[in-house]
Amino acid sequence: MDSNPNENIIEQVTGKEYEFGFVTDIETDFAPKGLNEDIIRLISSKKEEPEWLLEFRLKAYRHWLGMKQPDWAHLEIPPIDYQDIIYYAAPKKKKELQSLDEVDPELLDTFNKLGISLDEQKRLTGVAVDAVMDSTSVKTTFQDTLSKYGIIFMSFSEAVKQHPDLVKKYLGTVVPHTDNFFAALNSAVFSDGSFCYIPKGVRCPLELSTYFRINAANTGQFERTLIVADEGAYVSYMEGCTAPQRDENQLHAAIVEIIAETDAEVKYSTVQNWYPGDKDGKGGIYNFVTKRGICRGERSKISWTQVETGSAITWKYPSCILKGDYSSAEFYSVAVTNNYQQADTGTKMIHLGKNSKSTIISKGISAGHSQNGYRGLVRIAPNASNCRNFSQCDSLLLGDKCGAHTWPYIQCSNDTAILEHEATTSKISEDQLFYCNQRGIDTEKAIGLIVNGYAKDVLNKLPMEFAVEAQKLLSITLEGSVG
Amino acid sequence: MENQEKMTAQEKFIDYAKKSIETISSCDSPRIKKLRQEALNRFIDRGFPTNKMEKWRNSKLLECLNQDFNIESIENKKHDFCCVIQNLDAEVVTITNGFYSDENLKTLSSGIIIGSTHKAMQEYPELFEKYFGTCNINDDNGFYDINTALWKDGFFIYAPKNIVAEKPIQIIKITDEDNSPFIQTRNLIIAEANSQLQIIDCDDSIKEQSSFVNSYTEIIIGENAQLENYKLQNLNDNSSLLNTNTIKQLANSRLQTHTVSFNGGKIRNNIFVDIDGEGAECNLYGLYLVDKTQHVDNQIKVNHNVANCNSTEKFKGILDNEATAVFNGHVYVAPNAQKTNAYQNNSNIILTDKAKISTMPFLEIYADDVKCSHGSSIGQLDQEAMFYMQQRGISRENARMLLMYAFAAEISNNIGIEALRERIDDMIKRRLKGELSCCENCVFQCNTPKEYDFKIDLSKI
Repeated sequence: MDSNPNENIIEQVTGKEYEFGFVTDIETDFAPKGLNEDIIRLISSKKEEPEWLLEFRLKAYRHWLGMKQPDWAHLEIPPIDYQDIIYYAAPKKKKELQSLDEVDPELLDTFNKLGISLDEQKRLTGVAVDAVMDSTSVKTTFQDTLSKYGIIFMSFSEAVKQHPDLVKKYLGTVVPHTDNFFAALNSAVFSDGSFCYIPKGVRCPLELSTYFRINAANTGQFERTLIVADEGAYVSYMEGCTAPQRDENQLHAAIVEIIAETDAEVKYSTVQNWYPGDKDGKGGIYNFVTKRGICRGERSKISWTQVETGSAITWKYPSCILKGDYSSAEFYSVAVTNNYQQADTGTKMIHLGKNSKSTIISKGISAGHSQNGYRGLVRIAPNASNCRNFSQCDSLLLGDKCGAHTWPYIQCSNDTAILEHEATTSKISEDQLFYCNQRGIDTEKAIGLIVNGYAKDVLNKLPMEFAVEAQKLLSITLEGSVG
Repeated sequence: MENQEKMTAQEKFIDYAKKSIETISSCDSPRIKKLRQEALNRFIDRGFPTNKMEKWRNSKLLECLNQDFNIESIENKKHDFCCVIQNLDAEVVTITNGFYSDENLKTLSSGIIIGSTHKAMQEYPELFEKYFGTCNINDDNGFYDINTALWKDGFFIYAPKNIVAEKPIQIIKITDEDNSPFIQTRNLIIAEANSQLQIIDCDDSIKEQSSFVNSYTEIIIGENAQLENYKLQNLNDNSSLLNTNTIKQLANSRLQTHTVSFNGGKIRNNIFVDIDGEGAECNLYGLYLVDKTQHVDNQIKVNHNVANCNSTEKFKGILDNEATAVFNGHVYVAPNAQKTNAYQNNSNIILTDKAKISTMPFLEIYADDVKCSHGSSIGQLDQEAMFYMQQRGISRENARMLLMYAFAAEISNNIGIEALRERIDDMIKRRLKGELSCCENCVFQCNTPKEYDFKIDLSKI
């Protein structure tokens, strides 16, 4: 087959502009630029936080001062001036909202452009949406339905006020403030986020979902999510992000903590589509996220599913500590990089409990000049007998200027563990393309078909509502108009 | 505390280097002299690597640096150590404490030149100028610096154009010094275009003394040349060995290496291959059977710098007692190295809950038309296979042995020299029986060869 038209098509499909680029004009309440103890006190007081939380922030900040930004990842991160960032921004509207009508129409419009109409979602899909516009929650729906079951699902700052004991009990237990540079930064300045608590034996009837958006220019967003599933509880939690097009780089250092007690199950799914920068690699979000879950009790289960298409730089390793015996963890990921995007992402599975199981399926797709890397750790502790891990990391290369890398770390200190790791790197085979062409499918559609098929293992794991969006995102990133 | 002692190890070297570098480099060409001085300056600057460095994180080799090594008065000893591989017809040379046993270079009937690096540098300055220090360093660290600055001798093998070696060359490296020597050897192997070489490189120790060997070998494989390099490591439990091979492959060359570690306190094998010519192929095999508190670390890097090349890495290990092992395979495919085929595999069997393995098979790929894959597994003996065999009257012990042997044999079967393959096969069997490490003088037990019967009655299967 002639390679020229092929190249053109790849160029066409990979050259698609970011569709969701727009800026919403809402007045924002800013803290002054820079970071010091006063700023932290200001954030804390603005949010009317209790003393212990301020202490937590200050402790993290003092620890952070002694840390250096990590440089081990395969990323080229332009120097970040942490004093040139605004650490607090909240939409100025302060009055309590009773119904959707009171929400700023412009804000609603923003969500409409994204296809995430609160109204629509509320009426049709039965998904409770806690929409985070910059750092403060504006609207929470379905609170009533959830409260019937005793489920707590609210913004983080609200939870601090209403359920301080719960927050205090779990905050920082999975990701301590000393964990890493960005986790320390987040612990010091986190603005808001979501808190979710499922009581004993409750199966959450709704898919919980939060949409994060970064909106005000020059605002770092420091989300903090805490999900606790008590004994025998089940929850499926979804998170999705899109961000407006910007020229200035934006830093995002979030923390997600998940705690699964005995027999509990947490399913965490995310679709991430932040502004990746333009064709020349200018602009884009820096995504330095610490996500970690702990299977604390026996037979508990955590599963991470992610579709990553955005961000200029991604540094993200959703991980699991399998502490309980017979606990299990799963990690399913599709990461797509295009143009000058860089991703160093993967997972960590730390087996401490006996008979624990983990599965890792990671699919990387790189196009343009991007660098896409998987970095994963599987560790079996000496006392964790009969553990099982299966890892599969495949990379697909579209174009000859991009890179796909795999850095697995496998450490085993137990003689009864069975660990397997396999990885392949290849491009879309000419045979497959030819087969499709032969049957009247044009090359662009064929690429779409093959890429979607390649990512199917992971897409299938997403909740229905997300699967559709994820497929759409893959299409936008790689396939032009082909859906 | 540890840091302080480490400082002294570094300081000791710097101290020694400063006063003796003049004498050591007295016969050097200006370029090599400069290389030494630059390396020393770098060493003064950064010293030995630390466990904080990514490449050395899991290495236990660095622990040895705390010992009080003798770096100055290491002497060449005449040795009649005889290491015979039965039925192997090979050209045998010995290196004792890092010094080549024979002062003069030897030209074999085929035209291949073997001898001491030191001597060769004086007699073949043009070859040295052309090849010495030209391989890509890859893992640039303090051990490389100190070797480059202070090397005195080593072996030199030169195969001129179109020469096919008649028989394999066996190099026996022995450590025989009572006061914990720190030995630096520097070796150079040149296989010119269309030549063929087979090299058996054995590391042995005579006594139970502790030692540190820092061996650095540069290998240049010319166009269409073929090289087979077998490394056998059989050292005492107190020794430390850092064996670095940096290899440069030109167009259509073939390389096959086997790294077999049977015994040794702490071993680190660095194998760095730069494929600089199209159509080249390299196959790297490794086997490590370790027990007690031994440590084996294999660091492999294959750089596919040009298109149309193939590489295979296959390393297998069995870990017993409290042994630890590290495998780090790294395949790098440069942006224009299209049509690359690279395969990487590391399998391990852990026999106890004290043994530890850390495996890191990396792929770093910048070209799209490639087929690269890697696999890694850690597990135990297949219980079903065990059951099957026991069911058919094979004792549990024998079934276990048979399975482990089959696991290891996948690597040894690739050995091209028949006598050597049989020998290694035999050693694997002995090793699995736990007999190999019990000999007092040398783990090879060559002087008293005894027939070993691997007791499995196949007729009963």
